[in-house]
Amino acid sequence: MKVLVAVKRVIDYNVKIRVKADYSDVDLTNVKMAMNPFCEIAVEEAVRLKERGVATEVVAVTVSPKAAQEQLRTALALGADRAIHIETDERAESLAVAKLLAKVVEEEQPGLVVLGKQAIDTDNNQTGQMLAALTGLPQGTFASEVAVDGDKVNVTREIDGGLQTIALTLPAIVTTDLRLNEPRYAKLPDIMKAKKKPLDVKTPADFGVEVASKVSLLKVESPAERKGGVKVASVDELIDKLKNEAKVL
Amino acid sequence: MSILVLADLHEGQLAGATAYVIAAAQQIGGDIDVLVAGEGVQAAAEAAAKLDGVSKVRVADNVVYAHQLAEPMGALLVELADGYTHVLASASTTGKNVLPRLAALKDVSQLSDVLAVDSADTFKRPIYAGNAIATVKSDDVLKVITVRTTGFDAVGDGGSATIEAVDTVVDNAQSSFVKQELAESDRPELGGAKVVISGGRGMGNGDNFKLLDGIADKLGAAIGASRAAVDAGFVPNDMQVGQTGKIVAPDLYIAVGISGAIQHLAGMKDSKVIVAINKDDEAPIFQVADYGLVGDLFEFLPEIESKI
Repeated sequence: MKVLVAVKRVIDYNVKIRVKADYSDVDLTNVKMAMNPFCEIAVEEAVRLKERGVATEVVAVTVSPKAAQEQLRTALALGADRAIHIETDERAESLAVAKLLAKVVEEEQPGLVVLGKQAIDTDNNQTGQMLAALTGLPQGTFASEVAVDGDKVNVTREIDGGLQTIALTLPAIVTTDLRLNEPRYAKLPDIMKAKKKPLDVKTPADFGVEVASKVSLLKVESPAERKGGVKVASVDELIDKLKNEAKVL
Repeated sequence: MSILVLADLHEGQLAGATAYVIAAAQQIGGDIDVLVAGEGVQAAAEAAAKLDGVSKVRVADNVVYAHQLAEPMGALLVELADGYTHVLASASTTGKNVLPRLAALKDVSQLSDVLAVDSADTFKRPIYAGNAIATVKSDDVLKVITVRTTGFDAVGDGGSATIEAVDTVVDNAQSSFVKQELAESDRPELGGAKVVISGGRGMGNGDNFKLLDGIADKLGAAIGASRAAVDAGFVPNDMQVGQTGKIVAPDLYIAVGISGAIQHLAGMKDSKVIVAINKDDEAPIFQVADYGLVGDLFEFLPEIESKI
């Protein structure tokens, strides 16, 4: 079966972000960008399904500005067979991305779609669920184990309080949690080979999807700073401070 | 304004998170109905009816809603959402799993992890692992929202709402429950504990987490962990505090052997008082800690246990 994997270009997870002086957004100029960590796990899972002979083809897709072709090439270097870039400079919210991915699902007819559970910039945790709703397919979110068995997939999910295993009919949508796998690094020869792999560029208009959202971003500000604390010299001093100064013991 | 709150359940009982979501709903203003959906949830419905500010509890008690699988829950919410201006749930794994389905099926956006209500259409939510706070305005006809419970104070339980049954039964041939493994603990739940003590990679191994037990028992604390400690296999992942784990805001948070990576701070930096115990006096955790103790945790932990 074919596996579709969605990836997003985001600010590198190690970068300390800066809010713009006019509070309009986070400043992304000259900031290191990378593939969203949950998406890396999604790509790795898709490639492992191919290595196990479950998947026959892995197609990577992104909805983003032109620069994200870098992340699609990364996905290709990690083992995806081809890529689809839906290019837009507009701020694409989860619902618009889900609508575009639904069109790609309709065209490509994958047996499984794998996405990250959330992007580390918007922290929405929505796109996979919305895609499942729009395509009418079942969903296995926050997956820490994915086992394809014939025309079903068993997904072990990380839930509050522990783990839950559900069985879904294929085709299905899966979103990855951190513990699903440990992504590999791309090797130089694979990076070179990835440059020759096919990458289709499309636009939202090709699919007849409006990217504009009814949610507007009014302001972005830094959270309240915690004031620097004190270092204490001993356990006795710590307990004394917690009892008499902070009054939490 | 008319608000539907999806009740959180834990093993069929009403979870504490619901009282916080109702507090958020009260700030929006208007009639507040609570939906309790599951199998064998009459007791949960009665508990929900006692929460202050609730007008009506709607109970969908059917085997198809057992374990609150996303497909039937989404279909049920779509049936019930007409007539409401807002649908709210806590940002628990269930709320996050189910509500985006409702939003997409209604062709509206969803606002995740809302931590403050500015008005009925304007909300604050954290982005970039809590390193920025976005104020967002939704012009959608239906506002679908998950609520970060640590942003609100729970409502009391002096109410007496009416309870009515919901007859809607949906089909679900696409997903089925196989099994679950819940971590067992006598300690308070991590998300709602007044005191949390967490261990990081500095704990060295899983056995050393026992050093936290005595202190946790004395303080009535929940025990958490950093992602590094979970990834190293020291403790199960449902103990993880951080952007990708639980978000906590206790009165006292004690971080032991935790460096303070961005992803961990996202889960605990709204705690009232933070204590850090770390041998590296340059560790970033000291920049957010109210009280820092530099040195060997293996010496400090037994001493703390004996002196509190």
